[in-house]
Amino acid sequence: MHNTMGIILTGGKNNRLKELSLERSISAVPFGGKYRAIDFALSNMVNSGIRNIGIPTQYNFRSLMDHLGSGKEWDLDRKNDGLFIFPPYLSEYGSGWYRGTADAMYSNLTFLNRSNEEFVVINQGYAIYNMLYGEMLEQHVDKDADITIACRYMYDFSQEELTHLGIIERDSEQRIIDFQEKPLNPKSNFASMGIYIIKRKLLISLLEDSAAHGYFEFVKDILIKKLTELRLYAYEFKGYWRPLTTIQLYYRSNMELLNPDVRYELFVKNGKIFTKVKDEPPAKYNEEAVVKNCVIADGCIIEGHVENSIVFRGVKIKKGAIVKNSIIMQGSIVGENASLDNCILDKNVIISIEKQLNGDTNWPLIVGKGVTV
Amino acid sequence: MAKEMIALILAGGEGSRLGVLSKLLAKPAVLYGGKYRIIDFTLSNCINSGIDTVGVLTQYRPLQLNHHIGIGKPWDLDRMNGGVTILSPFTKQHKGEWYSGSADAVYQNIHYIEEQNAENVIILSGDHVYKMDYSLMLDYHKKNNADATISVINVKLEEASRYGIMNTTDDGKIYEFEEKPENPKSTLASMGVYLFKWPVLKELLVSDHQNEQSVHDFGKNIIPMLVQEKRNIWAYPFSGYWRDVGTIQSYWESNMDLVTRVPQFNLFDPYWRIYTPNPVKPANYISDTGHVTRSIIAEGCMIYGHVKNSVVFPGVVIEKNALIEDSIIMSNSTIKSNSHICCTIVGEKTTIGTNVVTGNGEYAESSYNSKVYQTKITVIGSCSNIPDDTVIGCNVAIDNHISAEDFTSSYIPSGSFVMKGDEQSA
Repeated sequence: MHNTMGIILTGGKNNRLKELSLERSISAVPFGGKYRAIDFALSNMVNSGIRNIGIPTQYNFRSLMDHLGSGKEWDLDRKNDGLFIFPPYLSEYGSGWYRGTADAMYSNLTFLNRSNEEFVVINQGYAIYNMLYGEMLEQHVDKDADITIACRYMYDFSQEELTHLGIIERDSEQRIIDFQEKPLNPKSNFASMGIYIIKRKLLISLLEDSAAHGYFEFVKDILIKKLTELRLYAYEFKGYWRPLTTIQLYYRSNMELLNPDVRYELFVKNGKIFTKVKDEPPAKYNEEAVVKNCVIADGCIIEGHVENSIVFRGVKIKKGAIVKNSIIMQGSIVGENASLDNCILDKNVIISIEKQLNGDTNWPLIVGKGVTV
Repeated sequence: MAKEMIALILAGGEGSRLGVLSKLLAKPAVLYGGKYRIIDFTLSNCINSGIDTVGVLTQYRPLQLNHHIGIGKPWDLDRMNGGVTILSPFTKQHKGEWYSGSADAVYQNIHYIEEQNAENVIILSGDHVYKMDYSLMLDYHKKNNADATISVINVKLEEASRYGIMNTTDDGKIYEFEEKPENPKSTLASMGVYLFKWPVLKELLVSDHQNEQSVHDFGKNIIPMLVQEKRNIWAYPFSGYWRDVGTIQSYWESNMDLVTRVPQFNLFDPYWRIYTPNPVKPANYISDTGHVTRSIIAEGCMIYGHVKNSVVFPGVVIEKNALIEDSIIMSNSTIKSNSHICCTIVGEKTTIGTNVVTGNGEYAESSYNSKVYQTKITVIGSCSNIPDDTVIGCNVAIDNHISAEDFTSSYIPSGSFVMKGDEQSA
């Protein structure tokens, strides 16, 4: 896919992730013991052979910039091409802030103009999946499509969750005949994954056209408005995919890592997932440790009882502590004899000795970054 | 601009007493501590001490080591000015030669040091496990206006005769050096960390090169020469954890030190990180049938069985009902179900079949090489395949790249060995 470049959209303001996205872009949300959400979108591109990747970013992007750095962990610290991060900027033409996904790309049109690749893959930085885009590009070329959208039967999503997706209707030739963004009553569970393939030149002209009309959203103002005018095709993806757009989805997809099939699909099958390294020593389990069905990252010291949980790097679980069905992020400490059930602890949380916190399976209790309980 | 201090790491060591562990790679490249290679400690010490120019002298089986070090990225030693340089033996216009000793290795690379324009050169060994701030040693060296400063550690009197012993005045000036003395006068052992003023070292190296009797070794020739010439040499006392993991027993013990509750050697210090190329693997997974106590487990492992008192490297799979005790399992190996691995070092990418037992029975003297294999620890090399239902005793040596055909029996008694056909004699 040397003839393809990539753009990763990092998401707008999101309140449905609650405290987890207060201080960070939802693409920078920690996931699965050692990753951040964007690692998946970025590694998928790299594993597909894409070497020229731009990331427009807006909301609380500090942690995202810190995470991506020069792109060296993804082998994107290249002399030519590589990784480009685009925070919003002020100029004599604009107010600075990106007013939507299309505006974010339009504001960085220079990047698209200067690149030389024929195709562009656009994806979202907050979805967890492992996919190579080669096959989708083949279909795009075969069908002579203007835009190909990756879609999936969302059989494993609730009715409520479907209302946050874009529902797609296609004909037998895969051509899209209807696209309903976030419908109140979804008529099917076949929905867009927010992954698009489009010719670079066509993208540039569509962005210019929509900007000229004062439109800013890629989905509402370009895809839906041009549904009949352009040749839009659906590409069906059959694998695992979870957008981290709600606390429930976030919690569920973390917990699904305890399933070996999901882990195999996400980390082994189509390619490795790269992330920023932390140089932590291997996890240490002391004598009293009881660990059942857990994912545990480097740098942890486990002395307590941990069950059905995801434990990030550098976490300390002290003697007598009981942690069940929880997600414990980097650097948190669970004190002696404390007990947690259905909790999400953000980074560097301290749970004092003998504290008890219980959330609900559907509404896990979230403890914000750096809080001492 | 002149550099105050650059480092040279001696990494050509064969580590012959590590048996099959160092048969295919140099001792500094041997895996250690759940994710590291031994040389990582010295390299990390350098960068943590503010040394940004490091030459690594290689000779014995350097492939793995070269690959590991690369351009020095994990240690932040990929620099425009300085950085890490691998210094392998090379041919000259009229002849080429191997490094005949540690001093000769440095002598042959005088041009490298001159090019770096260094005031002081610290000579380090790539096969020791320790954390040390060389910048403090440099301060001490400068304070004493020393020609050379030698780092020393206090050892037990009964062990002192195994080391090079420094006899010093009360304030630390060295007046005598004894290599492996029968009746040691002091317990200050040299750690193989030498800091020299470069002009002094250069002079010594040149004169050592011309001496035909010399074996061109730092400990045997250069240091005695310093003493003999009554140079200004000082002993720098070091009191932390320091191990020359040169034998199978000391290698195993030092790894096992890491699983204690508060290890003497702390890898968790955020201000003195040990760097190594990080494997690209997800966090480790312990299943509901898994049980892990008193162990360290690296990323990418999948544990379905029991692990206790053990060190497990990245990407290892331990299947259901397997029991691992007091063992070291290196990267990407698989231990199949119902196997019982006890007091065993298992090399990289090795597969142990189902129902295999190791470390079984009483100790027996090694019939393969009793100088190398002299404790109850069984060693299995890398990329080997141990067939199902094999019973292996204590102190057994099993070669690298062994497959089922190399086994003549499913019972390998204590003290015996399985080696590749062409290398039966040690």
